[in-house]
Amino acid sequence: MPNIEVNGKSYETDEEGYLVNLADWNRDVADYIAKAESVNMTDQHWEVVDFLRGYYDEYQIAPAVRVLTKAIGKKLGPEKGNSQYLYELFPYGPAKQACKIAGLPKPTGCV
Amino acid sequence: MLHIVNKSPLGHAALDSCLRVAQGGDLLLIEDAVYAASAGTLFEPLMRDALKRFKVYALQPDLEARGVAVHLIEGIAVVDYGGFVDLVARNKTCQSWL
Amino acid sequence: MSEESSIKKFMFVNRKPPYGTVYALEALEVVLITAAFDQDVSLVFLDDGVYQLRKGQQTKGIETKNFSPTYRALDGYDIEKLYVEKESLEARGLTEDDLLVDVMVLDRAALGALMDQQDVVLSF
Repeated sequence: MPNIEVNGKSYETDEEGYLVNLADWNRDVADYIAKAESVNMTDQHWEVVDFLRGYYDEYQIAPAVRVLTKAIGKKLGPEKGNSQYLYELFPYGPAKQACKIAGLPKPTGCV
Repeated sequence: MLHIVNKSPLGHAALDSCLRVAQGGDLLLIEDAVYAASAGTLFEPLMRDALKRFKVYALQPDLEARGVAVHLIEGIAVVDYGGFVDLVARNKTCQSWL
Repeated sequence: MSEESSIKKFMFVNRKPPYGTVYALEALEVVLITAAFDQDVSLVFLDDGVYQLRKGQQTKGIETKNFSPTYRALDGYDIEKLYVEKESLEARGLTEDDLLVDVMVLDRAALGALMDQQDVVLSF
């Protein structure tokens, strides 16, 4: 099992770089994963990551892109609830990449 | 002796078979069999009947997992994993009605 | 019109309680995946399957993931047709108030008729 090293602490990840233990997540770990993905975290990025954490906490799944987009639109407004905005923040897919940074498992049905 | 059942009473015949054959003793409901401990199901009359012959136990973590730890049939005792072990240790023989 | 005709009626029939076997969780995952294909999806809960929707599930003690909150996410996936068989509820001493999502309660005749109208029926 590959590990990542953040602030002298070791965290277990899977082959694709997703955190194995949900509870391991913190902002420093998120920052580290984001850097590895060449994503420079801004307030806009954190907003989406925090939203995903909240969604997972409530429903125990990572949402599909379509569902995430719609739910973000409802909560943060239509200018953010569209795939263009989300793909600009997370070029490799808002669900896939943002979930990885948020320390969540890969969304169910994500291909 | 101890009889252990792990299948739901309304979806399987395991508990029926157990109650038909077993003479009495300790009966432990685990996994999906804990639904048989719920009051208000069609199985309740059979369970009440069984309580005359058996000391009936239901495993607490399994009750909680399924959201049925409340409204149990009167007379059924709730045990944790330690209680499970005690039951096995206390009885000379054990039949699992898989 | 042609798009209309490509939509099929999919019914998922859930008959097992949530944790004793892996059927319930597997069904839920397939449902979530199917949601991506914009089909006419309905979920049926009958026999012990109604226990999947039971409120108050706390799985810490059995060290298993509690996936019951995920049924509440189905609405966001545009899966709104959840049917529960009346007789199955009654046999278990349950009412709609004991369930964690809004459902339509149908008697067995109505449910059987609905099943007959499907293009695809998946059994779990």
